[in-house]
Amino acid sequence: MSREELEKRFQEKIDAEIKIEPKDWMPERYRRNLIRQISQHAHSEVVGMLPEGNWITRAPTLRRKVALLAKVQDEAGHGLYLYSAAETLGISREEMIEQLLSGKAKYSSIFNYPTLTWADIGAIGWLVDGAAIMNQVMLTRTSYGPYARAMVRICKEESFHQRQGYEIMLTLARGTEVQRQMAQDALNRWWWPALMMFGPSDKDSVHTAESMKWKIKRKTNDELRQQFVDVTVPQAEYLGLTIPDPDLKWNEARGHYDFGEIDWEEFWRVVKGNGPCNHLRMKARREAHEKGAWVREAALAYAEKRRQRQQQKAS
Amino acid sequence: MNKDWPLWEVFIRAKNGLSHKHAGSLHAADAQMAIENARDVYCRRNEGVSIWVVESKYITASDPEDADALFEPAQDKIYRHPTFYNLPDEVKHI
Ligand SMILES: [Fe+2]
Ligand SMILES: [Fe+2]
Repeated sequence: MSREELEKRFQEKIDAEIKIEPKDWMPERYRRNLIRQISQHAHSEVVGMLPEGNWITRAPTLRRKVALLAKVQDEAGHGLYLYSAAETLGISREEMIEQLLSGKAKYSSIFNYPTLTWADIGAIGWLVDGAAIMNQVMLTRTSYGPYARAMVRICKEESFHQRQGYEIMLTLARGTEVQRQMAQDALNRWWWPALMMFGPSDKDSVHTAESMKWKIKRKTNDELRQQFVDVTVPQAEYLGLTIPDPDLKWNEARGHYDFGEIDWEEFWRVVKGNGPCNHLRMKARREAHEKGAWVREAALAYAEKRRQRQQQKAS
Repeated sequence: MNKDWPLWEVFIRAKNGLSHKHAGSLHAADAQMAIENARDVYCRRNEGVSIWVVESKYITASDPEDADALFEPAQDKIYRHPTFYNLPDEVKHI
C-alpha cells in the first residue's frame, strides 16, 4: 500500500473513533508527536513530586501527612503509567530519562515555582491538580489506546488529590486571620502559573492543529483554560478568597468568565529554563538518578544471583 | 551485563471468579521484584487479589496487518450464533 493510502486509512480510523494501538501503522509525525507529549507528561508527574515532597516531613498533622504521602506516591505511579505508554511507541525508558536529565525534554513549568508555605500544598492540590485533571479528562478520549488507558487510571486517582488540596484551603480560609492570609497569598502566587499550565494561546500553539486532526487532543489550550476558569472561580468564592485578576468578571452574553491576559513573557521565560526553581529541580532529579545507580545495579546483581542459585538447586 | 531492568507485563485478577486482566507494564530486575512493584503501582486501591507478571519479550502478538486474514473468516459464519435458527415463539426455554 502506498504512503498516501496508508495515511488516508489512518485518518479514516481516527475519524471513526477507532483507537490506534501500538503495532498499528501510524504516520511518523503522529508517533513523534505522541512520544514528545507523553514523555513530557511523564516527566511532569515525576518532577511534580519535588515541590510537594518538600512538605511531607512538615505536614501539620498526621492526617495531612498520610494524605500528602499517598498523593506523591500516586504521582510516581502516574509517571510510570505514562513512561510505559510512551515505551509502546518504540522509545526506551533510558532514552526518555536521558532526555529529561540532559534538559532536552520539557516538563510542566508549574513545577518550577517554589512551595513557600503549607498553604501552597493546598493551592497545588486545588489548582494544579485541578488544571491537570481538566487536561487529563480530555485525554481519556485521546486516539492512542495506551495513552487513553493510562489516563483513565490516572483520572480515577486524581480526584482525591484535588479534594485534599481544597480541604486544606478550606481549613485555612476558615482558620485564624493569619491562616486566611496564608491561603490568599498561596492563591495569589499559584493562580497565574496554573492558567499557564494549559500552554500557549491557540494562535501561538504550534502543535494544536495537527494534534486536533489526529485527536491526540480533543480540546484546544484556550478551551481548556476557559473551562478551568469557569469551574474554579465559584470554588474561590466559596473559600472567601479573591482571585488576583482585576479583569475577571462574568460575561452574561458568552456564558463564561472573562479574564485578564496572561504574562506570556513570564511563561516563555520559565519554559526556557529561567523560572525560580528550574535549576533546583533538575539538580534534584540528576542527583536522585546518580545516587540511585548503585541500587539499580545491586538489584540486577541480586536477581542474577538468585537465578543462579535456583539453577543449581534444579540440577 | 545489560544495566537496564527488563520490561514486564502485569495482569491482575480483580476478585476471585474473574480472569486476570492486563493492567500495564513496568521494569523490574526479576519476577519477584516485578510482582512487588506491580502491587505498589497497580494495586494501591484494592484493585486485585492476584498478580501475574510475564517478561514482555515472551509475548508474541499477532500482526495488525494480518487482522483481515485472521479474523475475517469469522464474519460470514452467522450460523455460529443462536439467532441464525428460526424457532416459533411458543417454544420456551431454548
Ligand atoms: Fe498526576
Ligand atoms: Fe495529582
